[in-house]
This record gives sequence, C-alpha cells and structure tokens, in this order.
Amino acid sequence: MSTSQTTTTEHHPALSHQFDSMEQQQDASTFGMWVFLLTEIMMFGGLFTAYLIYRIKYYPAFVAGSTSISVSWGFANTLVLIGSSFTMAMAVWSAQTGRRKGQVWFLIGTMILGAAFLGVKAKEYYDKWDECHIPGHIIGKGFNTWGGCSASDKSLGNIAEEIRDPEHGGNPKTPEVAAQQTAQQTEIFFSFYFAMTGLHAFHMIIGLGLLAWLLLRARSGEFGPSYYTPVELGGLYWHFVDIVWIFLFPLLYLISRHQHGV
Amino acid sequence: MPAKHYLNDNYGIRSWLLTKDHKRIAILYLFSISFFFLLGGMFAALIRLHLLTPNGELFEADTYNKLFTMHGVNMVFFFLIPSVPAVIGNFLVPIMVGTKDLAFPKINLLSWYLYMAGGTFSMIAMITGGVDSGWTFYAPLSSGYLKTHVIMLAVGVIIAGFSSIFTGLNFIVTVHRMRAPGMTWGRLPLFVWSNYAASLIMILGTPVIAITLILLALERGFHIGIFDPKLGGDPVLFQHMFWFYSHPAVYIMILPGMGVISEIVPCFARKRIFGYSFVAFSSIAIAVFGFVVWAHHMFVAGISVYSALVFSLLSYAVAIPSAVKVFNWTATMYKGSIEMSTPMLYAMAFIGLFTIGGLTGLFVAALGLDIHIHDTYFVIAHFHYVMVGGMVTAYLGGLHFWWPKMTGRMYPEAPAKLAAIITFIGFNLTFFPQFILGYMGMPRRYWAYPPEFQVLNVLSSAGASILSVGFILPLIYFLWSLKYGAIAGDNPWKATGLEWETSSPPPTHNFHHIPVVTKEPYAYGEPEEVPVVH
Repeated sequence: MSTSQTTTTEHHPALSHQFDSMEQQQDASTFGMWVFLLTEIMMFGGLFTAYLIYRIKYYPAFVAGSTSISVSWGFANTLVLIGSSFTMAMAVWSAQTGRRKGQVWFLIGTMILGAAFLGVKAKEYYDKWDECHIPGHIIGKGFNTWGGCSASDKSLGNIAEEIRDPEHGGNPKTPEVAAQQTAQQTEIFFSFYFAMTGLHAFHMIIGLGLLAWLLLRARSGEFGPSYYTPVELGGLYWHFVDIVWIFLFPLLYLISRHQHGV
Repeated sequence: MPAKHYLNDNYGIRSWLLTKDHKRIAILYLFSISFFFLLGGMFAALIRLHLLTPNGELFEADTYNKLFTMHGVNMVFFFLIPSVPAVIGNFLVPIMVGTKDLAFPKINLLSWYLYMAGGTFSMIAMITGGVDSGWTFYAPLSSGYLKTHVIMLAVGVIIAGFSSIFTGLNFIVTVHRMRAPGMTWGRLPLFVWSNYAASLIMILGTPVIAITLILLALERGFHIGIFDPKLGGDPVLFQHMFWFYSHPAVYIMILPGMGVISEIVPCFARKRIFGYSFVAFSSIAIAVFGFVVWAHHMFVAGISVYSALVFSLLSYAVAIPSAVKVFNWTATMYKGSIEMSTPMLYAMAFIGLFTIGGLTGLFVAALGLDIHIHDTYFVIAHFHYVMVGGMVTAYLGGLHFWWPKMTGRMYPEAPAKLAAIITFIGFNLTFFPQFILGYMGMPRRYWAYPPEFQVLNVLSSAGASILSVGFILPLIYFLWSLKYGAIAGDNPWKATGLEWETSSPPPTHNFHHIPVVTKEPYAYGEPEEVPVVH
C-alpha cells in the first residue's frame, strides 16, 4: 500500500500532514490522550499512596480530620460532577452526530456545572480558613494544639473537643492530652486534604479552559461526524478528572467517619 | 547532496523557533543539551580542581556543596535524560519507523520549550546564588533547613520533567500507530525498541517525581508537614517517592544508549544482530524491573531488613537483561568482519565500560557490602561508569554514526578516532581511582579529605583534564565538518535501516515516497540486499 494515493483522494482540512487518513489521526490522538491520562494516574497515584501511608500511621487523627469536613457539601459536589460528566458525554454525542446547537449548549452546561463544583470547593476552603484548619502558619490563623482557632474563641473548629464529644461520634473517656495530640496530628491530614483537592481543582480549572476553547470551535461549526476528535479528547479528560473525584470523595470524606477510638 | 532538504527548506530564526519538523527540533535540542553539558562539565572540572588538595583550599564548603549540586542537576535532568531520546531519537524514530513526522509535532515543539523553560529556572537558581541540596533534594534538609533557592530549582526540574513526558508520549504513539506498511514490531530497529522502553519509564515515572517535588515545595513554602519529622512527616517517604522515579530514570538514560550500540555493532561487524528478539525484549524487561528496585538506594536509611532483602534480590534481577545485551553484542561481533571506525570504537568502549559499571552495580546491590561502600566514591565511580562510560560514550558514538545523515557531511576520521581514544583513556583515569578511593572509605560530597587519599585524587583530577580534551575535540571538528566535511552520500556506512534509504540530509517529510518494508532489520551479510549508494 503506497500512501501517496490516500493523501490525494480526500484531504480533510483538519488532517495534519503527518497522518495518512482521518482515521489514523483520530486513532493516534485518542491513543495519545489515554497515554497522557496514564501519566495523570501516576501523578495522582503518588499523592494517594502518600495519603494512605499517613492514614495508617496517624489513623485516629485522620478519622478526626475526616469527620470535621462536610460530607453534605462533598456529596453535593459529587452529584454536580456526575451531572457534568453526563452533559459532557452528550456534547461528544452531539458532535459525533453533527448537532451544532447541542454541542454548544451541552458544553455550556458542563462549564456551569464545573464552575458550580469550584464554587462549592471555594466555600469549603473558606470554612477551613474560618475554623483555622489551614495547615502551616503562612496562610490563615495558624494551626493550634487543639486544632482550632485562637485562645479567645476555643469553640471554633476545636477538633480535640469533637474527639471527646459523643454527639460527634467521639468517646468522652479519651484523655484530654491524647485528644489534643490527635488534634494536632490532623494538621497532616489537612496538608493532604488541600494538596489532593487542590491538585484536582487545578485540573478542573484547566478543564474549564479546554471547554471554553472547544465551545468557541463548536460555535463556528468545526465539528461534525467526520471530525470530532478534539471534543472526544476533551471529554476523556473531563471524565478522568471526575473519576479522580470519585476516588477522592470516599478517601477524604467517607471512610471510617465516627470511629474516634483513641 | 540533494538540492532540497530539511535544513534549507526555509530560512530565518522563525522557521527554526516555530518549526514542527522533528529533525529541526532535534537540532534545537542538540544545541541546548550541549550547552547544559558544557555547563555541567565546567562544574565537574571545578570539583576536580578543588579536590587536588586535601584541605579544601579553593572553595568554601558551601560553594563546594553548590558545585556538586549544580553538576548533578545539570547533567541528570538537562543532559543525560534528554540526550539520546530528544536529540538522536527525535531525529531518527519517525524515519526508522517510516513516517513523515512524530504523531504530535506541536507537542514535540512544546517539549523543547518546556525544556528551555525548565533550564531557565535552574539557571536563575544558579545565578542568584546556587542550591546546595544535592541533586537528590533530600527532605527535610531541602524543605526546612537550606537558605538557598530550592523551590526555584525544583520548579525547573518539574517543568523539564513534563518535557520528557511529552517526548515519551510522542514516541509511544508514533511507534504504535504510525509505522510504515510492512514495518511489523518484529522488524523495528532495536534503537526504536530501546527508545520505546525508555518512553514507558518517562510516562510512568516522571509524574511521580513531579508530585514529589510539588509536595516538597509546598512543605518548604507553606510549612505544611509532609516529609519533615518536626511537622509529623516522614523523611524516608520522600526517599521512596524520589527514587521511585529517579531509579527508573537511570534506565531512561541508559536504554536509548544501548539502542545506539545495537545499531552500530551489527553495521561495523557486518553481521545481523545476534538474538534480535532477546535484545528487543531485554529493553522492556529492564524497564519493568527498573520500577521495582528503587529502595536499594535506601539500605542504610532505616528500611526494614525484609524489604531490603527483596529489593536487593530484585536489583540483581536487572543484571539479567543487561547481561543479555552485552553477550548478544559480543556474539554479534564474533567472527564478524569488524571495521574499526569511530562509532565502533565508541561502541566497544561502551561495552567494556558498561560491563564494569554494571558489575559494580551488583556490589552496591549486595546488602552486606553496601553498608561499607554506601555514600562513598565507590558509588560515584559506579554511576559514572554507567552514565559517562556508558551513556555519554553511546551518545558520542551515535552522533558520529548519524552525523552524515543529520548534516550530509562526514566528520574527519583521524581526529575523531583520536578523540575516542583520548576519551577512553581520560575517562578510566578519572573514575577508576574513585573505585579504590571509595573502597578505602572516602565519602562522597565531602569538601576535604585525609591526606593519604591525595595521590588517587590527583590521578582522578589529571584524568578529568584529559577527558575534557576528549569532549572538546568533537565540538571543534563537528563544527568544522559542517563546512569542510566530505559529502557523505545517502549511506556512507552501507548500513541497513530506513534512515539510510532516504537522502542525507533527509527531505522535510523524510521520504519522497513512504517506504514499504519487506525484510527483517540488520540484513547484513547478504551482499545483494545491501542498498546501493546513489
């Protein structure tokens, strides 16, 4: 098979010079995206591994930290992201079937849901700032021994108290010293909480940029049944970021809540 | 030379800085990595100069720490990792598989810009006072104690890492999806196989060093606890995560070099490679084993005896595919009609020096012996036998071998042979004494040493000055040959492989007609099969 005849017979404007056919181009691009997502898995994988190692090392502190973050907001965000995956899949389908309006509206819908996710995330971050649960002492009011705010307002974000409070699922028999020690160790939980959700949110922001770029191209009617690879690749990326959240949500918010066993 | 080729297709600085041609990007890489090689070499020269006397009379201790850090960072991240893949591989992989370009030419150009951006960050860190963490960035020293620009340097390394991820991604997709008709996996040149294996490590390992250094930078910048024991972190975890990438990274460095040797040896022995599939799959085996040996860097760092035993055993296993290659190259040369050209001199030097480097690797993988020689000059010598004796030698051999293809002109043979011999002598004089020094107990990274070690240190420094002559000579005659070298012709070595079937230098789209592959690679020894020189 000589390739000179395939390049001359039908030359789609979106066909890059290095490929012989649109089919090969789409195949190679999709494969490339999967390889890229593999590198992303390794990147998040390193972070997840470190998280799990510390979770074993500081188990009570991680349980206390996990209990102190809001499951309902996290759950709401999970629904938002699953919804955005649906609209994204619909946008890809609209591109494949040549529905231009559908592409535009489904992309806009995906972007709104993505922005909603980031909004909720910002609210959660603000709460952490308010409760003095930002690790380190550069941003926020500093992390105290009992894991809460300043000495004048000991009630706000006091993890040590929650560890001993039966209403929060705690054990009142826990000695105060042990509760305070555990509360201080939650700082490392919050380090990972911010590193993991921060890296994920960073990917969401990149994803919103990609969607905006796709939206502009979709509006000009660039995509149709013969050429929809960019939308498909954007979809792969978006679904991947969703799946990362599907792992983050249970790891950070759900597992072993309410098992204060110090 | 052909009237129209990739070098004269168009002119001007824009045509280079915005090029999507993999061959031009390879040339961009060639210039930039040569710069970082000279820079790293300069730091090495200053280190060797300082170690001429036992009491550290040339530099302050802090300055000395910065010198070895910048030597390591420049050489590892900005020379060795991109050297063969980004220069020779970028140029050859698409041609060898018979296609017009890499799968993603824009991403290929982006990878060069990322490399330059990473290089710029590391240069800024260097110029504004240097960094003294060692190239290994061990926490908590780097995250909590040093006053130098650790974050700046880490950012440079992270960005350069993405450049190597993109190179690896491009190679993998190209090899999978863009092979010419008839170019089956079993007909791929071994250079492609070894670059493919290195690409696997690039895409799977590099993201882990990125996240590790990001965590390190977060800890340093925001004082959040991850690796610093004062903040509840675990410094050994940093070492695990660092070496999870940085050990496989040494196979990113050496595998493409092995690919170069697998091309040169059959050509100048005029024989087909002995055991093609064993050589091909040994590359994949090295890539796989390479991922499960990282903790052998940490035998004395407080890991458990059981895990140390397992990692020691697995480290021994890497020797098997490496030895397969060495034996197969040797068997290829056996009863061949060997031509002692410059590339072949480098290839033979590689086989000998890599064998020494590899065997001493077994010394340091042995649990008992490692306690004695850990963190001594023995480790330095072992690493440099593999990286300089192996990788740099292979890189130079490859440059000589494909120089006529890249430029259309021959380098002068006599000075090239001289340079190869000078490099070999200088290299051994530099690093062999370091094996003895290390075995006698001289620790690495020390600014001063007991006077009884001086003789061997002087020998080593003398060798370094000879070695530098061996490295500067090619720089001169390569540049000279661009104008005055003899016209090479399409296939000066009468070698097999698609790259020798196109013109020298190749046209922008590599081939006038996409080739159809009908025969196995390395079909040497069949006179009628050798392509005729036009």
